[in-house]
Amino acid sequence: MTGLARTPLHALHVSLGAKSGPFAGYDMPIQFPAGVLKEHLHVRAAAGLFDVSHMGQVVVRPRSGALGDAAAALERLMPMDVAGLKPGRQRYGLFTNEGGGVLDDLMFANRGDHFLLVVNAARRAEDIALLEAGLAGVCAVEPLERGLIALQGPKAEAVLARLAPDVALMRFMDVRAVEIDGIAAIVSRSGYTGEDGFEISVPSERTVDLAERLLADPDVLPIGLGARDSLRLEAGLCLLGADIDTTTTPVEAALEWAIQPARRRGGARAGGFPGAAAILGQIEAGAARRRVMLLPEGRAPMREGVELFADEGGDPVGRVTSGGFGPSLGAPVAMGYVPAALAAPRTGLLGRLRGQMQPVMVAPTPLIAPGYKRA
Amino acid sequence: MLRFTEEHEWLKLDGEEVIVGITEHAAEQLGDLVFVELPAEGKMVVKGEEIVTIESVKAASDIAAPLDGQITEVNPAIVETPALVNEDPMENGWFFKMTLADPSELDDLMDEEAYRAYIA
Repeated sequence: MTGLARTPLHALHVSLGAKSGPFAGYDMPIQFPAGVLKEHLHVRAAAGLFDVSHMGQVVVRPRSGALGDAAAALERLMPMDVAGLKPGRQRYGLFTNEGGGVLDDLMFANRGDHFLLVVNAARRAEDIALLEAGLAGVCAVEPLERGLIALQGPKAEAVLARLAPDVALMRFMDVRAVEIDGIAAIVSRSGYTGEDGFEISVPSERTVDLAERLLADPDVLPIGLGARDSLRLEAGLCLLGADIDTTTTPVEAALEWAIQPARRRGGARAGGFPGAAAILGQIEAGAARRRVMLLPEGRAPMREGVELFADEGGDPVGRVTSGGFGPSLGAPVAMGYVPAALAAPRTGLLGRLRGQMQPVMVAPTPLIAPGYKRA
Repeated sequence: MLRFTEEHEWLKLDGEEVIVGITEHAAEQLGDLVFVELPAEGKMVVKGEEIVTIESVKAASDIAAPLDGQITEVNPAIVETPALVNEDPMENGWFFKMTLADPSELDDLMDEEAYRAYIA
């Protein structure tokens, strides 16, 4: 594992018995002694702690001091309504390219006098370069060296509220500065599991303190990237580089919900982002293919790369982009791209698994009822 | 008598048959099993032939026939509950039973001491 970066929690993971592996240039815990299945189920039943410190945290600060200038600049890079995002709120965003493909997906938060972005670890350097080029002169782009801990699951609120009672007042996608047991944190009520929970940004040197405080709660187990992947898969959340990339548009990926009316045709600030013609055209006319959730029949998982067919004889019509076993479903689950005509829920398809055609159904969604605290 | 292959299978002599499974070491390395596909009973198999497909939470892998012979029985419990392999790999998590074309070939496999050294 030489040459791999380490998060502030690396030594803690080792002491907890993590099995580690390389991920986006970091030595990250894949699983802890409980194992992927138990970790996954524990998050759905109680609360799990994830080290996501490898992700990029970036402050975008308007040089003018007027946040609207930063919002306008970010809207030139993303098809999202940035200007309409209120202070203390966060949205899901996408950096797009001129062809309408997805460069990265991210969270962006209005922090009053600046925006805070959380981007994928593997895209961190490219995103910073994109922001510096795209926002030159208008905004200062400041990568943060901070730890990031996700606390996810139905008991996450109770666990965190024992240390910082005010977090119980936050709703899904709220962001605020919170002092947690003397640690100056920035907390968002969000995550990547389909459960209620929080992502907590803390100074690097206090990350271990916070993780140890949270892990001291009997409801909290440490969770590795293995269960993080199965949790997000069941919840239907995309993994950049697998389910979305520069060859997939937001509409093909069924992510047009993230493109608010202000940026669509007829909206107050329609277009004006990379790939606008392609993306806005697809919102109106539909895309030729769609990302769907898939439920293979039987117990054999269909993983990334499995080809999908409409019938026994024909050519492949689509492909699985992520797949595995869904511990909460007790069955295999996948996502992939199929022609729009075959994207309706309960459409029967075939997947070629080890040379054999196996039935697979386009799944009604959501497969797991989200635990988000919206009200 | 217990014997081991370099592919982390164990073979236990049981009368005319051998019982075959994967070792605790292998089960731990694989992670939680979620799918097991076993060969048909009666199937004639050749050493090295991939006859079992398993999937863990991480990946798919194949398990090969440890020696030449015929499958006499498979363990339906691990198809129903793949986690049994992780929980009890050396007993209830067995995969299949087979008769050997040449039982003396068992002597070419590792004994427990040799296997422990092999995985150390």
